[in-house]
Amino acid sequence: MSETPAIELRGISKSFGPVHANRNIDLVVKKGSIHGIVGENGAGKSTLMSILYGFYHADAGDILVNGKTVTIADSKAAIGMGIGMVHQHFMLVDNFTVLENVVLGAEDSAMLAGGLDRARVELKRLEEEYELRVDPDALVQDLPVGLQQRVEILKALYRSAEVLILDEPTGVLTPPEADHLFKILEVLKNEGKTILLITHKLREIMAATDSVSVMRRGEMVATRETKDTSMEELAELMVGRSVLLRVDKKPASPGAPVMEVENLCVTDQRGVQVVKDVSFSVRAGEIVGIAGVSGNGQSELLETLSGIRRATAGTLKINGETIDLGTSALDAADMRARSMGHVPEDRHRMGLINSFAEYENSILGYHHDPAYSSGLLMNTAAIKQNAVAEIEKYDIRPPNPMLKTANFSGGNQQKIVLAREIERDPDVLLVGQPTRGVDIGAIEFIHSRLVELRDAGKGILLVSVELDEIRALADRILVMFDGRIVGERGADADEGELGLLMAGVEDNTKLPVEGDAR
Amino acid sequence: MFETLVLILDSTVRLSTPLLLACLAGLYSERAGVVDIGLEGKMLGAAFGAGAVAYVTANAWLGLLAGIGVSVALGLLHGFASISNRGNQIVSGVAINFLAAGLTALLGQSWFRQGGRTPALPEGGRFRDVVWPFAEQLRDIPVIGPLYSELLSGHNILVYVGFLAVPLTWWVLFRTRFGLRLRAVGENPAAVDTAGISVTWLRYRAVIACGILCGFAGAYLSIAQGAGFGVNMTAGKGFIALAALIFAKWRPANAMFACLLFGFLDAVSIRMQGQEVPGIGEIPVQFFQALPYILTVILLAGFIGKAVPPKAAGIPYLKERS
Repeated sequence: MSETPAIELRGISKSFGPVHANRNIDLVVKKGSIHGIVGENGAGKSTLMSILYGFYHADAGDILVNGKTVTIADSKAAIGMGIGMVHQHFMLVDNFTVLENVVLGAEDSAMLAGGLDRARVELKRLEEEYELRVDPDALVQDLPVGLQQRVEILKALYRSAEVLILDEPTGVLTPPEADHLFKILEVLKNEGKTILLITHKLREIMAATDSVSVMRRGEMVATRETKDTSMEELAELMVGRSVLLRVDKKPASPGAPVMEVENLCVTDQRGVQVVKDVSFSVRAGEIVGIAGVSGNGQSELLETLSGIRRATAGTLKINGETIDLGTSALDAADMRARSMGHVPEDRHRMGLINSFAEYENSILGYHHDPAYSSGLLMNTAAIKQNAVAEIEKYDIRPPNPMLKTANFSGGNQQKIVLAREIERDPDVLLVGQPTRGVDIGAIEFIHSRLVELRDAGKGILLVSVELDEIRALADRILVMFDGRIVGERGADADEGELGLLMAGVEDNTKLPVEGDAR
Repeated sequence: MFETLVLILDSTVRLSTPLLLACLAGLYSERAGVVDIGLEGKMLGAAFGAGAVAYVTANAWLGLLAGIGVSVALGLLHGFASISNRGNQIVSGVAINFLAAGLTALLGQSWFRQGGRTPALPEGGRFRDVVWPFAEQLRDIPVIGPLYSELLSGHNILVYVGFLAVPLTWWVLFRTRFGLRLRAVGENPAAVDTAGISVTWLRYRAVIACGILCGFAGAYLSIAQGAGFGVNMTAGKGFIALAALIFAKWRPANAMFACLLFGFLDAVSIRMQGQEVPGIGEIPVQFFQALPYILTVILLAGFIGKAVPPKAAGIPYLKERS
């Protein structure tokens, strides 16, 4: 079996200033296979693929396509060599139709009409060959993400890509959508296409790939046949030491309810009701997880409870006080004053001010606290002292309170937010996507802090779109779909069952192939 | 009464032409994601270039070319600052406005010594009105006569260029490869880049197209509508054009109607100067002069529904580090 590999990389290196994103990378990808590349965030996977796609230029090393050494000057050259890429953030023009997006950059001639007609015929053919059905005249912005991704795949196939790179393709998909994607990839493989799958989800590697390469801190540390390896081995290779995939925790011993939500309804700025008559409670000493595909009301629920967003109706009982959320004008500061901490879903938009120093961010939202402020002047010494203590306790790196938060990695940024909220010793902690864009080492740390807080008798409401995270942490799981809580399960709930609940399917009927239920 | 209306409409057409040309210029630039607040400066520069060259050569066409040259050069400067060097597009545009305002007055004074004005144009240095066939003969036919011979016939060539540029722009934008890419780069430059198209070159072509149209607009002021360049003769028309562009939601046909509306208000204000309005008396001239600007403010304040600009407008394109 000495077939020429579809792609071969030899000694690829790339630096951004002092940072070695890729160091002496070798990679061989067999023709007609699905090859996975795993690694933590920042391990250099995306950089490597961007080099292959002509987006960046390697500082050193050779790229061989079908056995021939090539220089890939730009994306156009890569496309010319039959390399297509499906980016993590879709490279689509939202207010263009599917057809226009597909032909962009491959229009045939200066006049559009001919190219559009050819593309329409070609899309029809691709649809039949690979079962990739999308309405060519739909606007991309009206399509659900699963279909948008399909448009990206069609774009690559339309340019007759033989090698398809998918960068974190399942990050935005529901479990059924992800399953469907893997079926598509299987079909593509059987048609002789070569697929490079970039991900940090080990389960996907095990389920979908033929072989897998592991990257760590810019280096390629191992390549394995998927059937000869295990999740544990891959995880260990990724972080360089063994990690607990399951969170080590005792069974919860919940006490009295610390937060009770009743009949909460929220309408968003478009006038659409996004949270519909939601009731639940969180008891002291338990973690309640809210699972669901993003966009089903979890974000709005969290924002309402934390005082950022107004509800149209509903009551909140916290620490014995009953608040009518439909009429109250309590804001985020008022909620914090009622001992409710909040780790927002989007730390860049709501959790941190990235151009501020770490120590300034370490008291955001608590800056009126007399310990840090005399009303007019900030007590900088006390703030810094607090920041240094938190850096120490939460192992925030680099340990420099003067550094702008923008310069910390995702995991360390998240630790800054977490430290700020947990150290205020709240009775209830609202947590949204605590490990989004965070590497495995930090995930482990964050999870154990949350469990510690639980064991200290606090109530935690956890919202996450990562089902694995919910299953690992939560003592009770509530599933949200279309603004409602559609089910409650214990921590040991079956994953497939939760997946169906998240997709809004309450019985076990088969899912429609189209993802456009909306 | 009908005659008055025709006269007002006739002058509406004349007054909207420079707005329309500048507005379409801005449309090319902003659709490609380059916000252009320097329309005013480019028009002014073009008006001066056209006036000066048309005076020296006594040739309106050379004047027009010079105007386009100056405007394109300023456009490239804007491109160099905001596309190549990823500078702030507003700052660059404002700088171009100042540069044009100062430089035209300075060079005008130094070359012609008439207080910054260019001397009155000689014969041939100015675009003359084009009289359509039979315009004189048809003049006396009721209704159709005045419409044909006043409203349609009897404008200079640049007026026709301006109005023909509307369907042309629509066609370029929505029927050609260049147009598709131009619109794409204004919405999501990364999509264009990953499709293997140069974002930089595409945006440069957009600012060049913008410069050419601004050149027409400026030349119109100094060597078609007027007979020479006067200091600061654009008097905010570039900004009105920008307002019209937003009002038009970055669409060519809407741009034409928006510019006609502003031109109409301008025409009415000129017409109403010194006139008695029954029941109110004489309305101060200043009121009518202010009307287009007041309307702009009111319209932009939200009476036009949501005007969604091209998503990437104003944002320099930078390949992100992963």
